[in-house]
Amino acid sequence: MASSTSSVITLKINGEKYTLPVDHRTTLLDALRERLDLIGTKKGCDQGQCGACTVLLDGRRAVSCLQLAVAAEGREITTIEGVADGDRLHPVQQAFLDLDGFQCGYCTPGQICSAIGVIEEHAAGWPSAVTEDVRPEAGPPSLTPEEIRERMSGNLCRCGAYVSIVEAVARAAEVRVDERPAGAVAGAKEAVA
Amino acid sequence: MTTVTPGAPLRTTSVGTAHTRIEGRDKVTGAARYAGEVPFADLAYGWLVLSTVARGRIRALDTEPVLAMPGVLAVLDHRNAPRVETGYTGLLGKPDPTCAVFQHDRVPHLGWPVALVVAETSEQAREAAEALVVHYEQEPHDVGFGGEHPDAYPADGFMPAVTEKGDLDAALASSAVVVDAEYTTPEEHHNPMEPHATTARWDGGRLELIDSNQGATWVVGELANLFSLDPASIRVRSEHVGGGFGSKGVRAHQVAAVMATTVLQRPVRVVLTRRQMFSLAGYRSPTSQRVRLGADADGRLRALEHRSLSLSSTVYEFIEPSAAVARVMYDAEAHHTANRIVRLDVPTPTWMRAPGEAPGSFALEAALDELAEKCGLDPIELRLRNEPDKGPVSGLPFAGRNLPACFREGARRFGWADRDPRPGVRRDGRWLLGTGTAAASFHAGAAPSTATATAHPDGTFTVRISAADIGTGARTALTLVAADALQVPPDRVQVRIGDSDFGPAMIAGGSMGTRSWSWAVQIAAGELLERLALGADIPPEGITVRSDTAAAIGALTPAERHSFGAQFAEVAVDVATGEVRVRRMLGIFAAGRIVNPLTARGQFLGGMIWGISMALHEEAVRDRASGGHVGADLAGYHVATHADVPRIEADWIDDPDPADPVGIKGIGEIGIVGAAAALANAVWHATGVRHRSLPIRPDRVLSAPAGAPDA
Amino acid sequence: MREFDYQRASDVAGAVALLGADPDTRFLGGGTNLVDLMKSGVERPARLVDIRELPLDEIEPTPGGGLRVGATVTNGDLAAHPEVRRRYPALAQAVLAGASGQLRNMATVGGNLLQRTRCGYFTDVTQPCNKRTPGSGCPAITGEHHNHAILGASDHCVAVHPSDMGVALTAFDAVVHYATADGPGELPLADFYLPVGDTPHRETALPAGALITGVSLPPAPVAAHSRYRKVRERASYAFAIGSLAAALDVQDGVVRDARLALGAVASRPWRAAAAERVLVGAPADAATYAAAADAELAAARPLPHNGYKVDLIRNLVVAVLSELAEEAAR
Repeated sequence: MASSTSSVITLKINGEKYTLPVDHRTTLLDALRERLDLIGTKKGCDQGQCGACTVLLDGRRAVSCLQLAVAAEGREITTIEGVADGDRLHPVQQAFLDLDGFQCGYCTPGQICSAIGVIEEHAAGWPSAVTEDVRPEAGPPSLTPEEIRERMSGNLCRCGAYVSIVEAVARAAEVRVDERPAGAVAGAKEAVA
Repeated sequence: MTTVTPGAPLRTTSVGTAHTRIEGRDKVTGAARYAGEVPFADLAYGWLVLSTVARGRIRALDTEPVLAMPGVLAVLDHRNAPRVETGYTGLLGKPDPTCAVFQHDRVPHLGWPVALVVAETSEQAREAAEALVVHYEQEPHDVGFGGEHPDAYPADGFMPAVTEKGDLDAALASSAVVVDAEYTTPEEHHNPMEPHATTARWDGGRLELIDSNQGATWVVGELANLFSLDPASIRVRSEHVGGGFGSKGVRAHQVAAVMATTVLQRPVRVVLTRRQMFSLAGYRSPTSQRVRLGADADGRLRALEHRSLSLSSTVYEFIEPSAAVARVMYDAEAHHTANRIVRLDVPTPTWMRAPGEAPGSFALEAALDELAEKCGLDPIELRLRNEPDKGPVSGLPFAGRNLPACFREGARRFGWADRDPRPGVRRDGRWLLGTGTAAASFHAGAAPSTATATAHPDGTFTVRISAADIGTGARTALTLVAADALQVPPDRVQVRIGDSDFGPAMIAGGSMGTRSWSWAVQIAAGELLERLALGADIPPEGITVRSDTAAAIGALTPAERHSFGAQFAEVAVDVATGEVRVRRMLGIFAAGRIVNPLTARGQFLGGMIWGISMALHEEAVRDRASGGHVGADLAGYHVATHADVPRIEADWIDDPDPADPVGIKGIGEIGIVGAAAALANAVWHATGVRHRSLPIRPDRVLSAPAGAPDA
Repeated sequence: MREFDYQRASDVAGAVALLGADPDTRFLGGGTNLVDLMKSGVERPARLVDIRELPLDEIEPTPGGGLRVGATVTNGDLAAHPEVRRRYPALAQAVLAGASGQLRNMATVGGNLLQRTRCGYFTDVTQPCNKRTPGSGCPAITGEHHNHAILGASDHCVAVHPSDMGVALTAFDAVVHYATADGPGELPLADFYLPVGDTPHRETALPAGALITGVSLPPAPVAAHSRYRKVRERASYAFAIGSLAAALDVQDGVVRDARLALGAVASRPWRAAAAERVLVGAPADAATYAAAADAELAAARPLPHNGYKVDLIRNLVVAVLSELAEEAAR
């Protein structure tokens, strides 16, 4: 069988299609940063150990440093550059800005993409490691500060902006709650009270 | 130069008011470009090759096959790299060859750079660097750090190694209560989220670096010395910096990148991998500390000894001055402190957030807690009884010492008065609960800086200063300071930073950045206002005034100038599993005038979170056999995650510094000081066991014999 | 990382054919472990066969109350699935205790079973390691091993298996299903991992050329009352230093059925069969739980710096079984 170490691929990123040749070794993270000048996605460790490179793949959060670009063909990729609605910031972005949910800013795009994923996963009823009772009969967990912290733990922030990040995620989740049944994020209010 | 009189009736409405970060929108949208993110045509990628032995000589490098690999442009090593000069005195005080790569065949530690491979793409550079075979003549190494090393010696660094007054043995012998304990802290790494990155190129006869650092003009100065260049022929830009904490000065990758761009005459980018950062970015030395305290039955100190041992490389003598904390905090008739080091076959340590104070305050403030227990005194009361009225070693007056006020406010808000002092008596399910406290201090200083302020015809202003915003909020703080000095709203002022062409300025370090820069901005802006008051028309290029604070700072009278703070912590410990969880923390600080409450809160909290991380998680493990790290990555080296940090609080009391034109002291470091001690003291209060070795990991909690007072 | 060929498989037979007998070809699932190991040089495949699009992403209830989980189901989907949470809550908890939300959305069930140890010597190619380079030695035995094995290790390797999911699967008698060019096959998880012995580089009994297609969980009413507890060196996003999947059925104060598996103590998820034998039929009290733990830990051979794990596991067994019994009594 013919073997090749590079391919021409088409990536769907933030609703746009980009066709480019890639070395198969190129990660999605490096393709974004080095080839497409989408530098908002950050390289903190390149080993899946910090979360700075978090993007949304088919709407779910994932680390782009362990995702080969060639294997991302055909998937809907959303990066930090694609989460705002034109000039209108995504509620998570706005809450990070208003509540100072960052310092150096390098983990921030990953935190924001991850938070968007967290809010959606929670809305879908997903439990977490701190959910007291994971059985479906127990009902969906409230998005308490403790739940937010556990779900966001894949995003390290060395500056230590965790307190305001949790406040920001809770505030953004309140915005999101307008779009779904009442009560699902009842606990979120604790964080910003 | 016009002097701005402290306390002059300026209209100040911006300083002291919460303001979101000027660059915040860029940071939340991903638009902010960091050092490795500025594109250049014809960019080449450098990848460092590090030694795999801890001591020896390079016998040979098989570069030929690597040069034949796809895309490879060059391999630089000690045989062909440009020569650099290392005999100059830099910011660290003595000639420091730590970053002088490829100058000789000697390998001083595992992870020493032995070559740089440059290729067309980063994938090619990485593969070629991994393929490079290096032959070594290996020599026996010593990386073993421990209590008493025969080769340890006292070393000065930035302060005297040893201070002694009074007869220690006599004072201890005559003390009613004595504490004699040893404390250890491990090797700790800064691990800023943005790895060290630089892009170097020659542009029209000037060397330009887009670089991640804590001081653009610092980097220029070092590179000018190293490469024997006129400083004016080098420009370093660092618009956004993804954290530093002391690690982002001049390091191997910048030197290698300058060499490569000089040889190849193409832009070259070198970025450290996370694993490489553990060898090349500096770190905090492990410490082994002994504290002896002697006191009267009422807790008044009669004897105080604090001895600290740290390590350094064979390349450079860096001292972690942990024993210096007591020179500020507590007095006694017999008062001895000593910083000693041992030189081993390890990388050179460096400044890391609160150098000296962070590990030193752990030992000293934990020992104070042990003394309080032995005296049957409340730990806060013990500290209040030992408040010195002048510098214990210097004899100089304190330019403000608001530590008691911090303790009083903190105790009130934390609910300290209700605390039962007995250890091991509170339980919540499987968790034992305890609370602890500790004092904090950090030197408040300023260093000379220059700034310019320009008035434009449209009524706006531009301030330029070679400051670095490594996450501190400096850009925003300086905007607020300038706005008040210019008596305009902040949106009429643009502050530009991170460019060495703006002139010499203090680095972002020592909790001195924002204070030093604000001083220069305040003076430039004040002088500009005076010029404008003369009523002349503003030409299209504007009117620019330049300030230099060297003389004003040199005129400061000698005094003990410090920020102070009180740390409070509550922990939960499951002694069956060894898990320790922080339930709450409160830090109250007297740290000068707070320029921007929004970002200042983040600075204090960030420091306290470093304290949590230091107390419970961080420890780099060195393998004695190989001399290298085991688990040199963010899965092996644990820093606190979201889940480790509850809703902690930081606040401050009014404490403007009368010697500073804006009233600032500096807040970058004090948040970590005393935090680990407060947590360790709380672990004792929860369990009755003293943990004197950090981090307080589950295995250490489990290995502490039940009922034993020590661990 | 060396250059490699990349192929995307669309059906199981095609994937198996693409793998062939080539020892330099690897299947790529979520990539969370493989791509990391390729970056560190531990894995240097010449070809990757991407199996993420294979039709193996279903979770199907089986007659009698069991489940069949496809190999490419992500950890995230597995933990969220209502039937997993209802029938095997400890499995959902184990998955949720692993890695991070991002990694769980990428990692797959098949890949999780095949993930490699996180021993710091194994992942550093400049160090000796018998698992990576047979015969080169094991520096962990005399070096850094505070998170290494206390059970089932050998003089050749003391690394631990990092999986949380695998611990719960082991407790519930999971069976691994695979496909080869010669047809399908299956292996009970209990037989899936090979003893360490003097061949630590041989980790599983999976035949050469096989593709894991799924995992089945037999019906186990006791599993509905189960729990996973993980102890680690920070509150989240860290590998275990000790973990436990436990299920308990108590009637009239007597243990009727019990399942126990341990994590981070051995080269594989460790079924605590000796402990289960002590438990079943014994009074449901702390003395029984302690005796059960002791029966299992009698075989422990701790190293100088990991003896705490014996206490940790013993305490965990007593604590978790007590909690389960207490809840059942409510």
